Formats: sequence, structure tokens, C-alpha cells
Amino acid sequence: MTDIIITNIEVVPGRTITQHLGMVQGNTVRTKHAGRDIMAGFKNLVGGELIGYTELLTESREEATQRMVAQAQAIGANAILNVRFSTSSITSGAAELFVYGTAVVLE
Amino acid sequence: MFEVITLLTLTVIGYIFGSLNERRHFRSILEREETLRGVSTFTTRIPPQPYSGASHLATGNVVISIDYFKKISAGLRSLVGGRVNAYESLVERARREAVLRMKADAQRQGLDMIFNVKLETASITKGAKGQIGAVEVLAYGTGLSRTP
Repeated sequence: MTDIIITNIEVVPGRTITQHLGMVQGNTVRTKHAGRDIMAGFKNLVGGELIGYTELLTESREEATQRMVAQAQAIGANAILNVRFSTSSITSGAAELFVYGTAVVLE
Repeated sequence: MFEVITLLTLTVIGYIFGSLNERRHFRSILEREETLRGVSTFTTRIPPQPYSGASHLATGNVVISIDYFKKISAGLRSLVGGRVNAYESLVERARREAVLRMKADAQRQGLDMIFNVKLETASITKGAKGQIGAVEVLAYGTGLSRTP
């Protein structure tokens, strides 16, 4: 995962793009387990960070990113530019994390 | 009668622990903003030219829950309209925390500038029984290094 460069700007500074390979994307739909919901319900009384949810969303975004990277590597890219993250809730309790960008080949 | 007492107790508990939590969180945010001052953030898309160092995505996210008092006070506020202070401070905390985590992520990767910073906010309001009120903020940007 580290041998591919990911940026959210149109260029990789200091490198030139030799080939443009089109859009790549990765997504994941996750829901949390009941234990986390119970803890979150308790936290809803006193406020504060929902660490379980933060971790869940971080892991999910990593998974989505890995899927995008796998897709980019499959078509021979070594960088993904202009990456965007997007979150949408599908039903109550499930969220889709979506990440997309442009796969390119750098010199 | 019993319901009124429960509601009042929960609101008082929410107020006490919620404001304690919030104050503690703001203190820690201020401290870490000071220590992470070395990482600069830019909303511009144009990186410095010429540049020959590393570049990698830096991200930070956080989910922060409302407390019972905020829930009640926002509910009351929606009767008369106007600013909902209780939620304003919640979202501000979440944003600043997410930006701090992004900066810390950049620092871990040895990068000290972040370009094209984007903030995304999502509400996680529906739990198992439509009970959970929380906000998620994601901050991300392209991390670059001042010293190639």
C-alpha cells in the first residue's frame, strides 16, 4: 500500500505524469455490532468521543482505500491523484464509505 | 411523575458530565494545537514549485457524541428557532480534533505541510433504535515536506 502515491491534488509535486488510466474507486459498507451501540447509547448521556465508532470508520476507510489501491495496481498505476472521500448512510446503522481518484503512471 | 424525575436527572447528569468533558476536550485541543503548530495547513490546491520531496495523503477523523443536556436544549431551541449553541460547540470540537489528528498523521509520516485540506462532516444520528446522536468529521489533505 505504501508503494503507491496517493494525493488529493492534481499533481504529484516534482514528478511528471506520463500516462492517465482513468478513475479508480473503492467502497465498503459497514455496520457496528450491538456492543458498540450500547456503549454509544451510554456515551449519549454524558457526551464525549465515541472511540468505537471512530475506529470503525477509520478501519472502513482504510479498507476502501486498499480496494482502490488494488484496483489501481491491477491496471498498472503507481499513483492516484485527486482522491475524494465520501460517506453516506444507507439505512439506520449502516454507512457506506466511498473513496475515488484518478489512476496515473508517473515517470 | 416518575418520567419527569428521570428526565430531569438525565438532563442534570448530561449537563454536569457533558460540560466537564467539553471543557477538558477544549483544553487538550488548545494544548495540542500549540505542539502541532509546526505542521502548516493550506486550503490551496497549488503546491510549492519546484518540489522534490515526498507526498502522501494525511487523514484524521473523529466521532463525537452529544450529551443528554445538549439533546434536550436543542429540542427546546427548535420550538423557538435561532442558534443552537449546544451543537455549535460540538461541531467545532469535532472539526478541530479532526484537523489535529490529520496534522499528527502528517507528522508521523515526516511531513510538515498539508495542501488542499478538505473537511467532511457526517451525522450519525440513527443507531439501533434511532437513539444515537453523533457527528463525524473527517479531515484530509496532501502532506508535503518542507525539507526534501
